[in-house]
Amino acid sequence: MVGTLNLWGLTKTVLFYALVVFIVVVSVFPFYYAILTSFKSGTDLFRITYWPTSFSWNNYRRCSIPAVSLRNLLNSVFVASVTVLLALFLAVTASFALSRVRFRGRSLLLMTIPAVSMFPQIVVLAGLFEVIRFLGIYNTPRALIFSYTIFTLPFTVWVLTTFMRDLPVEIEEAAIVDGASPRVIITRVFLPLMWPALVTTGLLAFIGAWNEFLFALTFTSSNNTRTVPVAIALLSGGSQYETPWGLIMAASVIVTVPLVIPVLIFQRKIVSGLTAGGVKS
Amino acid sequence: MASIELRKIRKAFGAVEVIKGVDSEVRSGEFMVFVGPSGCGKSTLLRLISGLEDITSGEMLFDGKVVNALAPSKRGIAMVFQSYALYPHMSVYENMAFGLTLEKGHDKEEIRQRVEKAADMLQIRQYLDRLPKQLSGSAAAVAIGRAITRDPKVFLFDEPLSNLDAALRVATRIEIAKLHESMNNVTMIYVTHDQVEAMTLADRICVLRDGVIEQVGTPMELYEKPNSVFVAGFIGSPKMNFISGDKAASFDADTVGIRGEHITIVPDNGTERHGDPHRKSGCG
Repeated sequence: MVGTLNLWGLTKTVLFYALVVFIVVVSVFPFYYAILTSFKSGTDLFRITYWPTSFSWNNYRRCSIPAVSLRNLLNSVFVASVTVLLALFLAVTASFALSRVRFRGRSLLLMTIPAVSMFPQIVVLAGLFEVIRFLGIYNTPRALIFSYTIFTLPFTVWVLTTFMRDLPVEIEEAAIVDGASPRVIITRVFLPLMWPALVTTGLLAFIGAWNEFLFALTFTSSNNTRTVPVAIALLSGGSQYETPWGLIMAASVIVTVPLVIPVLIFQRKIVSGLTAGGVKS
Repeated sequence: MASIELRKIRKAFGAVEVIKGVDSEVRSGEFMVFVGPSGCGKSTLLRLISGLEDITSGEMLFDGKVVNALAPSKRGIAMVFQSYALYPHMSVYENMAFGLTLEKGHDKEEIRQRVEKAADMLQIRQYLDRLPKQLSGSAAAVAIGRAITRDPKVFLFDEPLSNLDAALRVATRIEIAKLHESMNNVTMIYVTHDQVEAMTLADRICVLRDGVIEQVGTPMELYEKPNSVFVAGFIGSPKMNFISGDKAASFDADTVGIRGEHITIVPDNGTERHGDPHRKSGCG
């Protein structure tokens, strides 16, 4: 009896770890393959290998010259950062109203907000294009900031509203008794308590803006205003029949690194923020 | 120094009326306790006085001036909340200084002196650098300290002892009583459902039930001359004994109440009555 029991336990453990390995492999493989490809050159690219056979920095050297320029990288950083700051500012003020101020139609408004992001991007593309032309911001970073903010806000507002609703009302009331205006309550009492939520939503908004492709392709026309994803996609080889996969992969790796760094930095902040708490109820 | 007058105060949340016409007065420098069962409206009444809730109808006067539309911070009040509501991200010092930093006309040195004076008074000076989560038992003291620092005319307490364990509750209660003695020109209003707290702390007690005042008086008045069966049953522990029916009819009353300490047990003739019961409550 004991023998079969152990056998069953062993099988369970093995199956569990097999599943873990399977999930890890499936989710990591595309990235691994991208990195692998970025180190290949010449016809090696079209030979499917799962381990590095040849190793060259060639793609990286080539891509650092004109293809995906520093300019594109700066565009991406600028657009994504401004989008995050703008979206967080609007979302914090909106969520304060939605979670703490009683007004007519509040719940209806709250239900309508996510509906905005239900529309597929392609549906609003033409309309948004007209608006951007009308505002005269076509082919500028402002066009991208404008459209990204529109699509980021619903999510940001929702997350911050639910978070702010969970902050104890008594803390706000204590601040009111202390003589704090709504602005002071938001900046000096709520914001410090909302760090974890701000970092999380900000990070997701940043990633969304960083990776966005369709708007970035549509609302820009010159290489000087393009963001990295578009610049990568538009990389072309020697002839129109050649796709420079090695170059694309090398550029993608370069682009991903700046994203991983803030995630690693803020990860600690998120964890320490979540455990801060300290409100007795 | 402030007296508070309530004139026909009503408060409704939507269709539900919680405070149904309260007329009362809190004298200057007095320790007034609002007491009553849960849901009687005592906390709402305190919030109306603080200005955190708007009054539906009626008038609220501080020192003879109508304050209905005045913001809480302009009324000269300070409040100790049930959960203490300390700002979790600020140190004890910053918590206590926050209100003063928002007011204009206090320089850093003055704020520091006032915070330290309040901290000394409550013996929490050694905690000034800590965060609220690092305080175990002294959160109540810090909340009281935050209120003192602002130098209010009226102190409002919303069940400040209900989150404390028994020993700490007694200690903090003594602390509050001492505070009232040392600040004898500050009016204090204290809400509790615990009649022991009410009896030990109050100059006067206001018993509330279903949004109306049942009786206002000193602890001894309420204990010895309750106006109604409700007050008689609510005040005093162990509870007053009520006798109704035929036995009560012989006193010309519906219900007769006798405090336990006024009953003498006699070895023989147990059913015989020696003298009149002290308190009768004629009902209806």
